[in-house]
Parts: sequence; C-alpha cells; structure tokens
Amino acid sequence: MYKMPNGEELFVLDGHIHNWDASVENQKNVHGRQFIDCFYGYHQMSPDEYLWPREKFYHYGEKALYDDLFVSGHDDMAVVQTTNLKEFYKTGFNTIERNYELQKAHPERFITNGSFDPRDGEAGLETLAAEIEKYKLKGVKLYTGEWKGDSKGWKLTDPWCIRYLELARSMGVRNIHVHKGPTILPLNRDAFDVADVDDVATTFQDLNFIVEHCGLPRLDDFCWIATQETNVYAGLAVALPFIHKRPEYFAHILGELLFWIGEDKICYGSDYGIWSPKWLVEKFAAFELPEAVAREKGVNFTLESKRKILGLNMARLYDVDVEAKKAVFRDSREFHAADASASMAAE
Amino acid sequence: MLHADPNDPRNADIIARLDRVTDPELDESVISLGFVTAVTIDDRSIVSIGYRLPTYWCSANFAWIMAEDMRDAVLALPWVAQVRLTLDEHMFAEQINSTIADGGSFRDAFGAEADGQSLDTIRELFARKAFGRRQLALIEQLQRADWSTGRLLALTMAGLHALPWPEEVERYLDRRSLAGNDGPDAPAFVDVNGGPIDPERFGAHLSSLRTIVVNMEFNGMLCRGLLAARYNEPELPSRAPGLIDFVRSAAVEHARS
Repeated sequence: MYKMPNGEELFVLDGHIHNWDASVENQKNVHGRQFIDCFYGYHQMSPDEYLWPREKFYHYGEKALYDDLFVSGHDDMAVVQTTNLKEFYKTGFNTIERNYELQKAHPERFITNGSFDPRDGEAGLETLAAEIEKYKLKGVKLYTGEWKGDSKGWKLTDPWCIRYLELARSMGVRNIHVHKGPTILPLNRDAFDVADVDDVATTFQDLNFIVEHCGLPRLDDFCWIATQETNVYAGLAVALPFIHKRPEYFAHILGELLFWIGEDKICYGSDYGIWSPKWLVEKFAAFELPEAVAREKGVNFTLESKRKILGLNMARLYDVDVEAKKAVFRDSREFHAADASASMAAE
Repeated sequence: MLHADPNDPRNADIIARLDRVTDPELDESVISLGFVTAVTIDDRSIVSIGYRLPTYWCSANFAWIMAEDMRDAVLALPWVAQVRLTLDEHMFAEQINSTIADGGSFRDAFGAEADGQSLDTIRELFARKAFGRRQLALIEQLQRADWSTGRLLALTMAGLHALPWPEEVERYLDRRSLAGNDGPDAPAFVDVNGGPIDPERFGAHLSSLRTIVVNMEFNGMLCRGLLAARYNEPELPSRAPGLIDFVRSAAVEHARS
C-alpha cells in the first residue's frame, strides 16, 4: 500500500513483471545476448541509484525480485508474465513453470499469466488447455515478435491465433496482454502496426486487450483504436520511466492517454526487472500534470486517477477484491515476516 | 563520434547530403541522431560510410530505407564512383551491407521475406506523419509570432516563401506536396489529403497533429537513449525544430497563463 503524504493509501497492482533468466549460461545465441542487452539499454532510464550491474540484470533471482517489488518497493501484488523465447534462451526466458513457483510461494502476491504461440498448431492448443486448467489462468501474454524457425513473428489476426483466443475464452481467460514487438515479416510493412489489435478487439468483445507500452512506438495509431474499442487498455510500461529524466514528455504522453482513452483504461506496469516499482510508484504518485497540458487536452489528473491507474483498473480486470487485499496487507511489516517464513517453510 | 578527415573538403559535402536523409520513423536526420559513425574516401573515389542503430532489433525496413537514401544522396555527388555502407551489429546487417554495395534493391536483399512488394507504402505512411509534424512546427512558430487562426488559414503556398524561417518552411515544403493541392494560391496549411482546414475545427486538427508529434518525439528520445546506452556515449541533444519548439511552446504557454 503506497501511502501519500496526506495519509491516503493507494493499492498498487503491478500489471507487468518478469522473472527472467537471461544469464550468460542460459543464453543460446547472439540473439539472446542482444535481447537482454537491449533491455539493459532501457534500464538506463532509471535514476542512478537504481541502476544495476549487468550481472544482476541478467539474472536477479526470486529473492531480489520479492524484495524489489514488495519490501523496498511499493507493489502490493503483481502479474507475472510469461515470455518463453526458447529460440534465444536454453531453458526459456521467463517460463510459466518458474513464474508459477513464485505464485505458489506467495499466493497473496502473484497472479501468473500464461502465453501461447499460434505457430504451435494443434499441439499448442492442447498445451494451452492443460496450462489454463493447471494454473487457473485468467490472462495470457502474447509476444507477436517472437522468432520461431524461419518465422520472424505473427499477427493476432492469423487464423490459428483466432482458434487459440477462442479456446482461451471458452476456458475462462479474460485478459490478453499484447506486447507489440516488431513482427518482422513481411519486411515491407510497418513492423509495429497495431491494426491487428483493433481487429481482434472487435471480434472478441468479451476479452480485454491490454496493450503493453501503450502501443509505443505507435502511440498515435494506438490511441485511435483504443478510443474506438471499449475493451482495449494501455499498459504504462516504457512510457512511465520517462517520468524521471523527461517528466515534460511523460506529461504529454499521459495527456494523450487521458484524452483519448481515459483514466479507467490506463494501467500501471513496472516491467520489472527493467525498472523498479519503488521509484516508479513514488514519482507517479507525486506527479502533477502541468496546467498547460491539462488545459490543451481538457483533462484532469487527480488522486482518483492515480488510484485507478496504479491498482483499481487492473484489479477490476483480474477480479481482485481490493478491500479484502488491503486487510491482508495492512500491516505490511507483519505480513512480510509471515509471508517470508511461509515461503522458507515451502522450500 | 563521426569520424571523417577534416582536411578533405569533400567530406563536408557528403555530410551535408547525409544530413538531409532522415530516419523515416523519427523524421530526424541520420547525422543529428548520431547514426553515421564514419565517412572515408579512397583514391578511387569510393565512399565508405559506417552507420549504426540504437538496437540490434531495429526494423529492417527502416534500416534499409536509411541505407538506400544515404547511398542515393551521396551518389548524387558527381565525383562519387561508388558508395559502400557498413551497418554495425544488426540482425540483418549482412544482407543490407552486401546488397547496398552491389547497388541492389530491397527485394534483392530480402526476396520473399519482403513479400514481393516495394517499400513505397511504408515510405508514404511515415512521410504523411512527417508532414503533420512539420506542419505543426511551422504553425506553432507562427502562433508564437501572434498569428491569428484566420491569418494562418488564409496563408497561401506563395505566402510561405515570404516567411522569415527558411529552414522550417523548406522542411515543410519537402512534405507538403504529398497532400496535393499545392499551387501558388492554394492554402499553405491543409489536411493530409490536401483539403482545407475548417476554422471551427482548427483546435481539433492541431490536437491530432500533436498526437503524431508526441509519438515521434517520444520515439526519438527512446532511440537516442538506447543508442547512448548501447555504445556507452553521452546522449546527443536533438536538433530537430519540432523537439525544441515543443518544450518551448509548452513553457511559453505556461508563462502566458
């Protein structure tokens, strides 16, 4: 629970974290190294005191993760996303098995999301069904830019993807997190085109599509579609860290998002381990939208906006009973002690 | 960070040419973005250009467009015999480097992966975004000089040339033709299809341009930051008119209120 200077408590549900292993031993090839090095470039947007050495960044481990999120950090809960990337990492980058271990050790804290890759065909459908059942999944994370064999990515509108979405929906999955990575082929198109999100959001009205990084680098196109589709949400990861070095630009991004899609559809996500919840939440909670931006866009950014963006919106998507959770976490010191010993007992 | 022999005046010509080549996605010069790292000329007048991008993953189509535009811009100098480009560590560096040196096309480099099409659609898509960005930069310039909406919308193409900001005007004119309806008496400021802008909806028009600009400038900053981190160099300041104007206009507006 993040406490504002006036004593107001904000419930913080982090919609996007990773539990990755990108250690040198796990890197399969040059792509694996370049992938994590690219993330490390993003990590440099952090304030100096939150910069990690490369070794920690490659593989921080579960103890550091728990501490960075909940003990020194201000998250109350976190959705841990699955990104397999088995072409780049020997045992995968951020697998569901490892993520679920976290949830088992700390059931009050974590929501595990699965993933699928429509290029896995029939076999993949069976795996997805088994995982939804085993892990009681409510959400999946899709990474359309993932390589597989000769394929350099896929589209949400691919016929096989439609089949996967239909299966997921029929088994109770509600939230589709989409990382719009560059779907490289065919090369003569815009690799970051967000039009496929628009299409599937129309087809699957009862699913929620959370577009991570609010469609960046195509924020302009994303805002158009998110306005038309009531079930499209913006995940703040990548945009939010600008709040430190370039707050005036962050203000413009936030102004755009508030104007086009509104405070009910913007969701906080730290993208941990790229960035840490401690400084992100502190700076966001303290942030004021400059009057010039608020006036130009005709929007307000209030305490209530912060409350929704930091936790209530994602809680609604995942059916989290915020009041009940608050009661659990109220004495966070006591909770940490109990939670930590429970996890040690489990090991 | 750009290595070129300062004693050879031909280098200045090359760099001036390259400075007009933009990253289509960011609408900023490959020179000011810090993408060009080296220019050398050998005794057979073959020009070699080293360039780099912020990540290994930067889209191949944009990497190609920049390489091709750089090659063509430099080949336009009458004394240049050949242009060789070397893209630093990138997932498609090999294909791009070898095809550019052979004078080949995008299809020669990527074959079926390019879907048999040219890059014209993508070029046009981003040129239209650049049109919006450059229009907004110019309009904001005029607004700072206290031009009213009526006066702005009455400005003609011919009138543009009389403005005291040749650089911004030239940048805008470079993209203005895309929209069509560009005879001397046509309005200077039109929508992307060349249609007039309804004065009642001028605010909404500017707001939609602003969305494009916020996106492009955000990407520009991201790319600068990633490039600096990748090569362990200080971040280059932006030199594009829009970027500075953008911060300044917010500050000016704030001061006025």
